[in-house]
Amino acid sequence: MSNFIQAYSWLNIRYLLEGLWITVEISAVSIVFSFIIGGLLGLLRYVKIKYLSAIVGFVIDIVRNLPLLLILFFTFFGLPNIGIKPDAIMAAILAMTVFESAMVAEIIRSGIQAVDPGQMEAARSNGMSYSQAMQHIILPQAIKKMIPPLVSQFVSLIKDTSLATIIMLPELMYHAQIIYGQNTNYVLPMFLALAVLYFIVCYALSWLSRILDRRLGA
Amino acid sequence: MISILVDHWPAFWSGFLFTLGSSILALIGSLIVGTVFALLEISERKWVRIIGRVYVEIFRNIPLLVITMFFYVVIPMFIANVNGFTAGTIGLTIYTSAFIAETIRAGIEAVDPGQMEAARSNGLSYLQAMTHIVFPQAIKITIPPLGNQFINLVKNSSVLAFVAGFDLMYQGNLIASTTFDTSNTYLAVGLLYLILTLPLSYFMRYLEKKWA
Repeated sequence: MSNFIQAYSWLNIRYLLEGLWITVEISAVSIVFSFIIGGLLGLLRYVKIKYLSAIVGFVIDIVRNLPLLLILFFTFFGLPNIGIKPDAIMAAILAMTVFESAMVAEIIRSGIQAVDPGQMEAARSNGMSYSQAMQHIILPQAIKKMIPPLVSQFVSLIKDTSLATIIMLPELMYHAQIIYGQNTNYVLPMFLALAVLYFIVCYALSWLSRILDRRLGA
Repeated sequence: MISILVDHWPAFWSGFLFTLGSSILALIGSLIVGTVFALLEISERKWVRIIGRVYVEIFRNIPLLVITMFFYVVIPMFIANVNGFTAGTIGLTIYTSAFIAETIRAGIEAVDPGQMEAARSNGLSYLQAMTHIVFPQAIKITIPPLGNQFINLVKNSSVLAFVAGFDLMYQGNLIASTTFDTSNTYLAVGLLYLILTLPLSYFMRYLEKKWA
């Protein structure tokens, strides 16, 4: 029991919270970037521009089927080999954005495809242009279908930032490892703290999305 | 890239086999554990449902790395020594089982509840109705998402690299650190992962379309 009291000294807790803040920052930046890029790529894949959409689709499939850890190693250790030297934060954000954009693009595409094609036909035959129909009829329906998978993807993203501990990004997992590396009595308390902190952040995001879901009346 | 692949083929190949082995073991394990917790989640008793729900919510919201490191770092301190491969595979199993439980639960709930009622009113017990009537119908719904979980499993097995699990990612790191040709080594590792995941991913998309 005294292990726990010692391990949860204010100094250690503060150090963990500093790591948590980096985790949240990296996640937030990656979520924003991957939502924008993934959204554009998903639309591009759906609207079927000759050759371009097929190529984009193939690249998305390749990135989606690679481990994020591998992409992270590539951005941090692989890129310097071809002359680009990102620091840990840049490498982490780059890897997360590349990987998550591909995941988001797939969610967006399947969300749009899940809308009954009759909706588009009806909108077009009522005199709307393609982009009007997309904007006013298809997307509002598709977004409702996309929210649950998007949120679980972003929860994964937050969890996956822990992988960046291997490139010595000072996020939550890395700070916990530094604390329990000093004293073996701290190991169990630190793992408990990690579980609780990650759980709170991830669960809060799912909870927010449920509220959003209700507001949209889905 | 090709020359690295050829020069270090034995290491790449053994890593490939370890990745495949860990993924298959974790798939079998998480299917069993996941099915059990899915059944708990839809039980007729409230406290049983709560147990299932708590398990799923906890392990879906904690990083795989934290679970894996727990088995690699904490368990040896208190219980027994575990090697990296075992710790990684146990971590993968527990983490994936929470997702598989959700998939199977959604599949069972997608089956018309009238099916269960009809089976019960024809004299089948809850367990009989589950195994003979509801489960066979639910499996068809769950196969494409389960396939996607297996793809995730193969990708997530790269976490074994953190705990010296001798998987593909671990071997890739060793080769990268001896040859210093990091970019080409990681491209080769990526190619080997794609051999496992890409065909499966296209097959699942085909099944989804065919059964939709």
